[in-house]
Amino acid sequence: MKITRKEFLKISGACLVALSGKEVLAVLDNPAEGQSSSSSAGKARKQLGMIVDTRKCAKAEGCTKCIQACNAAHNIPSFQDPDHQIKWIWEKPFDDIFSSYETQYLDASLKEEPTPVLCNHCDNPPCVRVCPTGATWKRPEDGIVMMDWHRCIGCRYCMAACPYGARSFNWVDPRPHIERLNPDFPTRTKGVVEKCTFCSERLANGQLPACVEACPEKALVFGDVNDPKSEVRQMLAKSYALRRRAELGTGPNIYYLI
Amino acid sequence: MFMLEKAMVGSRRYWVWVCALLTLIAVAFGFYLHQLSYGLGVTGMSRDVSWGLYIGQFTFMVGVAASAVMVVLPYYLHNHKDFARMTILGEFLAVAAVTMCMLFILVDMGKPMRVFNVFLYPQFHSVMFWDMVSLSGYLVINITITLVSLHAEQQDVHPPRWIKPVILLSIPWAISIHTVTAFLYCGIPGRTLWRTAVLAPRFLASAFASGPALLILLCLLVRELTSYDVGKKAINSLAVIMTYAMVINVFLLLMELFTAFYSQVPELTEHFKSMYLGTVGPNSLLPWGQLSVFLMIASLIPLLVPTMRRNETILAFTCAMVFSALCIDKGVCLVVCGFMPSPLGTMTRYVPTLPEMTITVGVWAVGALMVTVFYKIALSVEIAREASYVPAYKYAAGEGVTGLQAHARSNQSV
Repeated sequence: MKITRKEFLKISGACLVALSGKEVLAVLDNPAEGQSSSSSAGKARKQLGMIVDTRKCAKAEGCTKCIQACNAAHNIPSFQDPDHQIKWIWEKPFDDIFSSYETQYLDASLKEEPTPVLCNHCDNPPCVRVCPTGATWKRPEDGIVMMDWHRCIGCRYCMAACPYGARSFNWVDPRPHIERLNPDFPTRTKGVVEKCTFCSERLANGQLPACVEACPEKALVFGDVNDPKSEVRQMLAKSYALRRRAELGTGPNIYYLI
Repeated sequence: MFMLEKAMVGSRRYWVWVCALLTLIAVAFGFYLHQLSYGLGVTGMSRDVSWGLYIGQFTFMVGVAASAVMVVLPYYLHNHKDFARMTILGEFLAVAAVTMCMLFILVDMGKPMRVFNVFLYPQFHSVMFWDMVSLSGYLVINITITLVSLHAEQQDVHPPRWIKPVILLSIPWAISIHTVTAFLYCGIPGRTLWRTAVLAPRFLASAFASGPALLILLCLLVRELTSYDVGKKAINSLAVIMTYAMVINVFLLLMELFTAFYSQVPELTEHFKSMYLGTVGPNSLLPWGQLSVFLMIASLIPLLVPTMRRNETILAFTCAMVFSALCIDKGVCLVVCGFMPSPLGTMTRYVPTLPEMTITVGVWAVGALMVTVFYKIALSVEIAREASYVPAYKYAAGEGVTGLQAHARSNQSV
């Protein structure tokens, strides 16, 4: 059988259409399939998360050891000007973090209770979705939202997209403002965005995140929230916990026990 | 090449203007070098208000660029002959506006030398990637159209047939650049001021008011300075388009306000309260927000009364009102107030600094210089062509001398 070029092109074109049509039909047939398979795979995978036990945290009044440990480990510069501050983990009054759970009659001391906030390492992070260069991404093996400071172009779209205010931008050169240099961790340059990475560099050495290790009250508990046997899961099964702005569908992985 | 030689001859007034713009650009460039070495800390932006004047002005200029479609569409799709002499001006304005957009993005970047990472590591899920694609595509399309049509006019031949589909493509493409720019904002989960389906339509409506307002002002200015007149009919038509767009824009703003204030959901109301009422604050931009609303509403009166709209002096003032209202609204307030309050409930003050404002003015000066040079080239070609026609026609009627005089006058005045 002889096939002219025109016929060949016709047939191959038809085959392509048929093949792609099959794919489309398969998805239309079972729209949940694509989603559920990926999300169940996501569930089976590791997702690191953290519990902040606010009751334990409140016991140590005026304690900022978690923040100091993080700042020292990651060469966080200290700026007097609040506009230029770099913050990976920091404190805010409980009421500011959970304003939608406000009950107006809560005692002022509890409302004002300083509570640690940090990157939520979301299941579905908006910052990763918007980044135009892939400089921030969700690490498949453990769900950490990572940053590549060499690829970031400093457009700050991720800062607009993050509903938690977890990201900081280097408005000026941070290096002269680092109090004590940790030679084991990179410093950053002006013009890039940074944030908490759950101490990926310490995890690689089998250590816990610096903040978790530094907490004298053991108020920070770290682990795999996808593993039903993990300590975090055992704790979350037994008490009520809050997540910041979970209604946005971001799937935050920092849980606050109250 | 590109007929740039036509921009190299001009009156004393022309050169004073060009030199003034070049000086502004040079000063702004000096401030930019400072920003480059010190960091974006020279601006008024902060951890909480992480986008400011640059991104606001970028957003506004995308609208001005897109609005060329308001001349191109009636002319090419509806054969609206009145716009014949205006279309080329609209298209050149679009080229200058897109260039300004790109400059605003560039000056806002923390690492401008890495800008090509957007194309080296393309992220198809990022709206910013698509915004870059649509903007650069629009620039290429408009440069092609303007160069080809101008070249044809100069040679006094019909433009090549293949340019027609490119022009038709520029119509949906213009809509797309501003839609995608709105998607930058309305696709973000946590910022309630922006997360509204009405944002893209409102962006388009305000663009189709502010762009024509600028184009009308430019046409009036061109008529003052040269012998090129786009015609009263063209200006009136464009003013009607601007009126419709402005009314739709105000209507959509009222939709936003109704939804927020009747439902009384704090998330929705707090931004508007801080922008327009000052009951949530303090907001350093409150007077600007109020001014923009005042100008928007005030401009509706001369727009909607036909006798006022047809009076060119009143129209010029109205255009200035429309343009400045929307430049403040979209170019400053809408972007900056989206960050107020911050996700943690802080109202952070934002005041642009001197370097930031100078760099912004510098980008505007680049745009103005481009418009000046483009219009100079285009009008030299147009006027020369018309002058060469007129004597032939008038010669037959025995008025050759007048034609030659007209030619000489037009050469002088451009």
